[in-house]
Amino acid sequence: MTSREQRLAAQPTTPSPASRIVDIPSAAIRFAGDASDGMHLIGSLFTSAAAAFGNTVFTLPDFPAEIRSPPGTLAGVSAFQVHLGSHEVYTPGDSLQALVAMNPAALAAHLRDLDSGGVLVANADTFIPDELMKAGWTTNPLTDGTLKDYRVVAAPIDMLNREAVSAVNLIPREASRCRGYYPLGIALWLFDKPLDSTLRWLRETYAKNPAMIEAASRSLRAGFQFAQACGLRQQIRVSKAAPAPGRYRRINGTESMALGLVSAAHRTKVPMVFASFPLTPASELLRTMTEYRQPDIQVVQAEDDVAALNLVLGAAFGGALGVTATTGPGLSLQSEALGLAVMTELPCVIIDVQRAGPSTGMPTRTEQADLLQALHGRHGEAPVIVLAMSTPGDGFEVVQEAVRLAIRAMAPVIVLADAYLAHAAQMWRVPAAADLSEMPVTFAVPGQPLRVPDDRGVKPWAAAGTPGLEHRIGGLERHAVTGNVSYDAENHERMVRARAAKIASLAHDIPPLTVDGPETGDLLVLGWGSTCGAIQAAANRCRARGANIATANLRYLAPLPRNTLAVLRRYRKVLLPELNMGQLAQLLRAVLGVEVISMTKVQGRSFTVAEIASRMDELSRDS
Amino acid sequence: MTTTTLPLLTPNDFSSDREVRWCPGCGDFSILAQLKKALASLNLPREKIAFVSGLGCAGRLPYYLSTYGFHGTYGRAPAIATGLKLAQPDMQVWVVTGDGDALSTGATHLIHALRRNVDLKIILFNNEVFGLSKGQYSPTSRLGTLTRTSPEGTFETPLRPISLALAAEATFVARTIDVDVNHMSTILEKAAAHRGGAFVEIYQNCKIFNDGVFEYATDTSIKADSIIYLEHGRPLLFGKDRNQGLRLNGFEPEIVTVGHGITIDDLLIHDERAIEPTLAFLLSRLIGPQYPECLGIFRNVQRATYEQLLRDSAASSAARPLDALLAGDDSWIVS
Repeated sequence: MTSREQRLAAQPTTPSPASRIVDIPSAAIRFAGDASDGMHLIGSLFTSAAAAFGNTVFTLPDFPAEIRSPPGTLAGVSAFQVHLGSHEVYTPGDSLQALVAMNPAALAAHLRDLDSGGVLVANADTFIPDELMKAGWTTNPLTDGTLKDYRVVAAPIDMLNREAVSAVNLIPREASRCRGYYPLGIALWLFDKPLDSTLRWLRETYAKNPAMIEAASRSLRAGFQFAQACGLRQQIRVSKAAPAPGRYRRINGTESMALGLVSAAHRTKVPMVFASFPLTPASELLRTMTEYRQPDIQVVQAEDDVAALNLVLGAAFGGALGVTATTGPGLSLQSEALGLAVMTELPCVIIDVQRAGPSTGMPTRTEQADLLQALHGRHGEAPVIVLAMSTPGDGFEVVQEAVRLAIRAMAPVIVLADAYLAHAAQMWRVPAAADLSEMPVTFAVPGQPLRVPDDRGVKPWAAAGTPGLEHRIGGLERHAVTGNVSYDAENHERMVRARAAKIASLAHDIPPLTVDGPETGDLLVLGWGSTCGAIQAAANRCRARGANIATANLRYLAPLPRNTLAVLRRYRKVLLPELNMGQLAQLLRAVLGVEVISMTKVQGRSFTVAEIASRMDELSRDS
Repeated sequence: MTTTTLPLLTPNDFSSDREVRWCPGCGDFSILAQLKKALASLNLPREKIAFVSGLGCAGRLPYYLSTYGFHGTYGRAPAIATGLKLAQPDMQVWVVTGDGDALSTGATHLIHALRRNVDLKIILFNNEVFGLSKGQYSPTSRLGTLTRTSPEGTFETPLRPISLALAAEATFVARTIDVDVNHMSTILEKAAAHRGGAFVEIYQNCKIFNDGVFEYATDTSIKADSIIYLEHGRPLLFGKDRNQGLRLNGFEPEIVTVGHGITIDDLLIHDERAIEPTLAFLLSRLIGPQYPECLGIFRNVQRATYEQLLRDSAASSAARPLDALLAGDDSWIVS
């Protein structure tokens, strides 16, 4: 037998009888391979197909730590996970019902997340001794029994793809680029999705390269037919969801924050200066802002994070909306300028896309351990406003809220996002620009006294350049009335208290904490930031089993909503999951004097729904 | 078309109501006075001028002027000023800094503001010592300087601010001295007129902690032999009798006496507009007592400003309408 015949002999070649379809409410698939396998694109196309069909979707890419790792190694594996649902899905999915592994390294890195009985699509062409060794396999998992608990489709994808595209006149490199469409075809059949949205995308994307359209389409169809014929027999169907009518897109947290910033500039009609130093995982926001630039939005790549925030303060002094984005170590560098922002009472927004720390830590991994730094990480008494973003789409709302509050209080606002939110994507209902209400901003006018605060203790925004308002600001303490530099003891205390009161009084300008579920009861699960999705999904799961669980998401971390204590006291137990060592729990105990049950995880990964649901179950049982 | 005549402002119109609190005899007084004169010559209304400073004695200067002012944190003034310039491109933005402020904490920001050619007027008061923190050596203290933190004399090689500014691709680089008020006011006016980042080092005497460090440049009995006044297009001549000159011997500068077979034509001719700042750099390395030190404009060239390039680059990429951005490249309708 030729090698081709040998490989095919391992595969069923006769069309199978009509396959059985299993209906489930949601399912997750992960595409994993070398960076050169284009798994992010393939995963994204699968997502589009599912969304076009009518599923809800939630996706999470997984990046290799290095830019160009040696091919075939564990370090070089890149992956893309898609969770599709017939109802709203809040997470990328805890475990997988299907896994595509383009090489042995991808299998080694991701097999543990595949459910028993799940479908594994493996590119058999790469399971050769050299590649197996690079990935740490001593024997071939396709044949040694390792995969006995899974439904395995071991397809020689390289060869089958070459065969599928052989009739098209392509150079070998282009032919090889089509390779990812083959497993995409398999996956689309497996999930009972039509090919049309992918075919349409190919036609639009390669409009100038008809040969590529033809070849990729052939590879896709061949994969689809192979799956039909290979004896899998069982398809997974996740039926259509019924979202509210409207225009939808997929959006990741980075895009939603960027769109929120552009919208804030649009609503306020105040020019924006966005200055940032590229640090993973915040660097994508700098890139996205560069892409979304508008005539009244200037984007600066600063020399470091210190410069970025100082530049923002200079811009704010000149009457612009200043925004910077960074991650934990950058926020540490900015603590000096944050003090200056507090002292000079200039509005600005600092977005912290948290990553696993301390120090360089795990730059591509997620964590929520910058909370106390954001709240307190400054010299002197320097209160700021702190908000948390909770879902990929929420960035849009939360950064606009940050801009509103920064101007309302003439103070810095820190937005806590994280690496997970920056990369994860969900379905998002697209608003119309015309529906975005105006956010009027009032600047001081000539003759207006600059030292007279309003009822919240906020002084007017006097933009440099305005005739007649020439004044000097700085980091030195000021006399409350004259504004002159003052080292007077009583004045300093008065000013420190005034700055604190100004931030505290902002609690009147923010919405109260709301609860999903019973208004009182045994268990409230309180979350902040990106844990919100897993908490929601876990609560739904437990409620379906009859548990009466309330959930709440704390978007406003400083100041806290005025009813926070009252809400927490309505429940016998409050569970607080956080991706840190219990920072918010510590804060709530100290500030509100309430007992909360802290649930922590510091692995650079989000909570799974199962982890939280199991803790909910335990606590429900105990009560 | 009507023309508006601006009210003529005098130097005194740029005084604020704050009491000036520098030590008696400080060189800063003279700089403040010359600055006010330079400002009065600009024909700009006060609201179109801002002074941004860092910390240290020099950092207090914005409080003594009636323009907009931002007294920032240690070393960060160039970054703050860059932001202000982006928000208010029509304003003339000055940065006031010192050798500690600009060259210790703020060295990064200074370098990047200069290489970007942000239209800022950066004046560095160099007294070669930390003053406000009470007399420690600074990054420009010359070797052997005795201070409270260098009781045996400093052993750290000092930075040369002009060399640094040239290496940072600054388009206008000059040096002047606190007591030579006419020279200072000419330099400040030229810096103000320069379109782009202007860097001016001012030798400034600290009466308390480093008194007399620039005596060779101020003492009229020796000054002529220790200073070269740079003049564009003119030979590099100095000395009481204007017969000492500088010529190039290979890559080495050499002091020669005109006469005895050496003529003016043998001397280096100063060209502040040279595209390559190689000779300017060489001049920035001349340090006494071996060489005379240069005062004047080392470099004065034109290059597009950062704020202009930033606006141009934004304008060149067709901004997508907000609705298109919101919808993204792949949206669908659910009916």
